[in-house]
Amino acid sequence: MLTARFDYHRPNDLDEALQLLAEHGEDAKVLAGGQSLIPVMKLRLAAPGHLVDVNRIPGLDGLAEDGDALAIGALVRHKAVERSEMIRDRYPVMAAAAPMISDPIVRNLGTVGGSLCHADPAGDWGSVMLALGASVIVRGPGGERTLPIGEFLRDTFETALEPGELLTGIRVPKPAARSGGTYLKMERKVGDFATAAVAVHLDLSNGTIGRAGIALTAVGPKNIQATDAEAHLAGAEPTDDVFAHAAGLAAQAASPVSDLRGSADYKRHIIDVFVRRGLARALEIARAA
Amino acid sequence: MQITVTVNGAERTADVEPRMLLVHLLREELGLTGTHIGCDTTSCGACTVLLDGVPVKSCTMFGVQADGREVTTVEGLMSNGTLHPIQAAFKEEHGLQCGFCTPGMMLTGAALLKDNPTPSDDDVRWAISGQICRCTGYMNIVKAVQAAGRAMAAETAGAAGVTS
Repeated sequence: MLTARFDYHRPNDLDEALQLLAEHGEDAKVLAGGQSLIPVMKLRLAAPGHLVDVNRIPGLDGLAEDGDALAIGALVRHKAVERSEMIRDRYPVMAAAAPMISDPIVRNLGTVGGSLCHADPAGDWGSVMLALGASVIVRGPGGERTLPIGEFLRDTFETALEPGELLTGIRVPKPAARSGGTYLKMERKVGDFATAAVAVHLDLSNGTIGRAGIALTAVGPKNIQATDAEAHLAGAEPTDDVFAHAAGLAAQAASPVSDLRGSADYKRHIIDVFVRRGLARALEIARAA
Repeated sequence: MQITVTVNGAERTADVEPRMLLVHLLREELGLTGTHIGCDTTSCGACTVLLDGVPVKSCTMFGVQADGREVTTVEGLMSNGTLHPIQAAFKEEHGLQCGFCTPGMMLTGAALLKDNPTPSDDDVRWAISGQICRCTGYMNIVKAVQAAGRAMAAETAGAAGVTS
């Protein structure tokens, strides 16, 4: 399948990229891994007049802790996250999610930043970043701004990015010393989008729960932060009853639709079960830390 | 747009529309029809090639993105008239039935063996999980990749004069 015609630009640095994006405004799209954008263009669901290929811009592929946060450059591929020992050791939610994204070949090209900008409600990174309380760094003609991920992800395929702006990085707060988390995903086969999935993160302080992060994938118009469930957990004892109640609240926060992958009731049930399982796993990791 | 891509070790130039997919660049502009088009929707992996040694789906990348980079297709596996060990192993282990997925499977297998010369069944199955064999001949694909790994290890040991 051919995409519609477009002009291809390959800037060598960030300034050049921003200039091109400013010049072409809404008619421009950023090409990073291309693993969502190109399929969408082939199906003619998108037909941008200009593609700005940012793959050759140096300095956007960093994945390292920096001060009180993990800094993820816009060009960090899923595979880099999957292979990182630092991620495996300290960011269990990300470590669990990375190998479940699409398939290994797609993960060689697809990027974390691109996935967030695509804002697919079935995207996995959106939930991971909500659970971890991450922020995104955006640059545009007016300079740089930092937004909490919850403000960035607005709606289905819609973010807070203005025309002319580029996501340059993501910042994930360093988790507390005693913390844990995971990502649980129900998929029909490797490479399929989630039927439903959950990202869970817990901080422990003196045996009680500090901050809890719970976010849901593919059960609403965007990745959903289960704020009632989080509030129920914060400050509570980590018991099975508390987890079960939080899971029920998370299932209520979901608004799935029935489709080929399952009925709305089934998906809500998956959320309930996965949040309970995810919390138990997060607690196990936190206690072992 | 004028681009130069190193394909199977040789620099090739082409003047292409930016929207031309890498798979069409390879098949139609460069005549390398060993790279197959299956689903054209990033699902089946029949069009897998190596970009700077890493497997990518060539239906989900524009040819212009490969400008200045190295692409390996199935035609590049053989050298000096000798089959690559992965090709020899696919032949020996009956790793192909209809052959449609084979070029992509062999390239992914070769890339896996560079990272992991002795992959387990799970390692191979994981590596090829983005590719579909419509004959469902996965068992022998897995065996073939592992056999190629053993053959390559024996070759290396032989070259180094190691006996076991």
